[in-house]
Parts: sequence; C-alpha cells; structure tokens
Amino acid sequence: MRETSVVRTAVAPVALGVAVVLLWQWAVTGLDIAAFILPGPFAIGEQFANNLDNVFAGMLVTGVNAFIGLVAGAVLGIIIAILAALIRLIDGLAAPIVSALAVVPIVALAPVLYTMFGAGAETARQIVAALAVFVPVYFNTLKGLRQVRPVHRDLMSSYAATPWQSTKVVTLPTAVPYVFTGLRIGSSLAVISALVAEYFGGPVGGLGRAITSSASSSNYGLAWAYVLGSILLGLLFYCAALALEKLATRRTGG
Amino acid sequence: MSAPAPVGTDASRTEATFAVEVSRVSRVFAGRKGASVTALDDVSLTVEPGEFVSLIGPSGCGKSTLMRLIADLDTPTSGDIRVFGTSARQARLNQKYGIAFQQAGLLPWRTVTGNIELPLELHGAGKAARKNRARELIELVGLSEFAAHYPDQLSGGMQQRVAIARALAESPSLLLMDEPFGALDEMTRERMQNELVRICGETRAAVVFVTHSIPEAVFLSDRVVVMSPRPGRIRDLLSVKLGATGERGENLREDEAFFHAVSQVRELLHGEAPNAVRGVDSR
Repeated sequence: MRETSVVRTAVAPVALGVAVVLLWQWAVTGLDIAAFILPGPFAIGEQFANNLDNVFAGMLVTGVNAFIGLVAGAVLGIIIAILAALIRLIDGLAAPIVSALAVVPIVALAPVLYTMFGAGAETARQIVAALAVFVPVYFNTLKGLRQVRPVHRDLMSSYAATPWQSTKVVTLPTAVPYVFTGLRIGSSLAVISALVAEYFGGPVGGLGRAITSSASSSNYGLAWAYVLGSILLGLLFYCAALALEKLATRRTGG
Repeated sequence: MSAPAPVGTDASRTEATFAVEVSRVSRVFAGRKGASVTALDDVSLTVEPGEFVSLIGPSGCGKSTLMRLIADLDTPTSGDIRVFGTSARQARLNQKYGIAFQQAGLLPWRTVTGNIELPLELHGAGKAARKNRARELIELVGLSEFAAHYPDQLSGGMQQRVAIARALAESPSLLLMDEPFGALDEMTRERMQNELVRICGETRAAVVFVTHSIPEAVFLSDRVVVMSPRPGRIRDLLSVKLGATGERGENLREDEAFFHAVSQVRELLHGEAPNAVRGVDSR
C-alpha cells in the first residue's frame, strides 16, 4: 500500500515530466522548429546552467521586491481587516474600495507608479506586489474574523472580557488559518506582479527585465532560462507559504 | 430580626439569601412578520446558596433560555433576575458564576492547562497562581496525565471535564450548566454525573443544571424544576434530595427512592395527573 502511494505521489509526476521534456525535445529537433518559436528544453537547460549566476541574481532582485510587497500587503490587509471586523463603519468604507481594487489589473498601475516614484527605484514594483497581495489577504482575514463559534462568543461574554481581550484570545486565533490561506494565494500573486511590473520599465536586474531584454536580442534560450528561474521563484514562495499554512492549521482543523 | 439593624446589614442579608432569584420573568423572541415566540412566560424561581437545581422539560420549554438569562447572555423582556443580590449583569461583570455548555467549547489551539487558565488569565491572575490553580483543577477532574494535550487529542467526555474544570477555575459560588453531558454516551454520562456530585460536594457551589434526562436530574439534584413548553412555564417543583451530596454514589441509582422520584418527575413532565392530586402525592 505504502509503496504504491509513493509511486503515485512522486514517481508518476516525475515520469510524466521526463516524458514531456523528451517529447518536447523530439518535436523541436524532429520537426525542425525554429529557436525563436520554441527552443528545445536541452538548449534552455544549457543556457540556464551557463547563466546560473545571472538567473540567481535576477531571482534575488525580483524575489526581494515580491517579498517586500508580500509582507507590506499582508500586514496592511490583516490590519485593515481587523479594523473592518471591529468597526462597522470601516467595513462599510473599505468594502467597495477593496472590491474595486480586486477587479483592477494591478500591474496596469506600474507605468503610473514608475513616473510617481522615479524609474530608477524598485518602489513601484513593490507597491504593485503589495496591492496584489492585499486583496486576497484582506478578504480571507475578514472572513476568518467572522468565523467565531457562538459557544466561544458566549464564553467570552460570560467572562466579561473586553472587546480587545475577545479579539486577542478567540477571534484572531480562529482567523489564523484563513489568514494563511490568503497568504498562500498572495504569495504567488506577489511574484507574478513584481515580475510583470518589470515589463513596464524601471531598473534592470530583475527576471522580468531579463526576459524581455534577452528575447529582444534574439537570445531565446536565455529568455526561457529566465522564465525557468521565475517558475522556481514562484514555487519557492508558494511552498514556503503552504508550509506556514500547514503549521498554522495544525491545531484548528478539528 | 426584631433588633433594629443598620441599613448595611440589611442589604448584606438580602445578598446572602438567594444564589439566584428569578421573579416573574418573561422572554419573548420577535419573529418575522410580527409573529413572536414566547420562550418564557412569567417564570419565578429561587435557588439557595449551595443548592443543586435542575431545569428539565421537553425541547422548547425555555430551560436553556432561562439559564442564559441568569448568565446575562440574554436579557428578559420583562421581570427581574438577581444573582447573589445583584442584577444578573452586575453578577456577570463581577464573575459570580462559572458556566459550561453542551459543547465543551474549548479553544483548540490551547492545551488542557491553557484552556483552564483562560478565565484566570483574562482576569489578571499571576502566572504562578494560574499554574497552581490549573494543576489543582486538572487533578480534580482526573486528567493529570493530559495536562499538556490539545482538545483534539481528547475524547468528548474528557473535553467536557476540561470545560467543567474551566468553569470552576475562579471558585464561583454559582455554576450554570446547559446540558453539559448531552452529547456523551450513557456510560460516560453516568461517570460524569458521579464526578459532578463529588465536585459539587467539594466546592459547595450552587448549581443550575439544564437537562432533558430524567434520571440525570433526579440523581444530581436537590430540587427538580419541571417545565412545560409553548409558552415556557414552570409546571412544578419537586424536592428530591436523595442523601447528602457526598454520600451519593453508584448504588443510589438502584435505590427505591431513586426510582420513585424518577417516575414522579416523569408523571409531572407528561402532565397526566391533575395538579392537586399530584401535589398531595409528591409531598
């Protein structure tokens, strides 16, 4: 039983991945596809290996932007959600604005922000990432803050607990799993937003700029190597957030 | 009584008179489209300090509502409730009672110790005092080996014992319990009842105990309050007191007096005999 589950969860997807890579390589060489349309995976791998330092440097720049955005957006989302849960007026004020923010393609703000903060600063990218993270964290946190069980509410009331005590002892811990779900969604959005924001200008060095510049200089293998780097960066963020979520929900699932 | 007493003494005497004094309380819940439900209609009841009173009746008789009113988790539409001589609200603010619900309602992210310490922590008890009190209480409910466990690692009966320990944390002189054993199986339930009798013997707290189990009410109580539904009213009060709290044990369940009291409560609940006849019968 155990062995079959290992085969299912690990071996099977790896085998599929290898098969896809081989099929891709075969298609590129066999059908003679031009490199500017689609380079072969081996060529991409080669470029990735040759430019490891550059790819890592790009991952670091974009990663730092995404991380700052993630932290700022999450902190802001959690604080405003707490205020909205405590004060009805703030909830009423924030609801339409956040809903509007949710439908705005936030990366579209990047060009405007570059002119606001100067094209030499990373600030615009961090703000874009923060705004993208803010929305799911805010909505999930607010939902979590409204999940307090009636028996816990009665209990706090019977203790004559102050609103702040109830918030600290019951409401926030109840909301924690929801906050982490919001963070998990936000984590990939942070990377995507920080990276795509680079397409619209700003300083060079990040993965986004590297992808566009290598593509425009016809270095397609290298462009794809940077794409591979962005995938790894996104996975890193997502897995870290997922691990945090698992840790946080250990005691609240039941 | 005859000697002229200063005003202060008089006030303190009223305070000492009843643990709970419910006078002519009604609670009407407003429904949709002007329809309203009378959960309690003109209910009066007193509970002596140290007395164990059970509220029993079918669903919808307002027994839980009455308990929630005493706990000031809800307010009566009319009438007055006094707990140890103060208003129900003041009693709640002064932490005069401990409470346990049908659901244990433990905080899943806190250990057994953490859950029991919760009320002490909220009311500013010191760390060492909290630890000591929690250890005492965990011993009292027989969970010493589980002090560091989380609620999801405990059975339903154990969780309920933690909830009772938590209710006792601040040594309240009134304990309010809303079907605390309702979700437990019969065997666990009887064991918990034995323990509750022992605990009450040790703490000497007055108890208002909501239940829909007749044997449970008879076994535990000094007095059983039989309620009837729609609207919720007190149909009758029955003194059972089958021996001192400390002496009640497993053998009481086999006792003739126990069976007699059980059938009396059952008759009252089903309302078969007319009031007058029953009154003669039971006293």
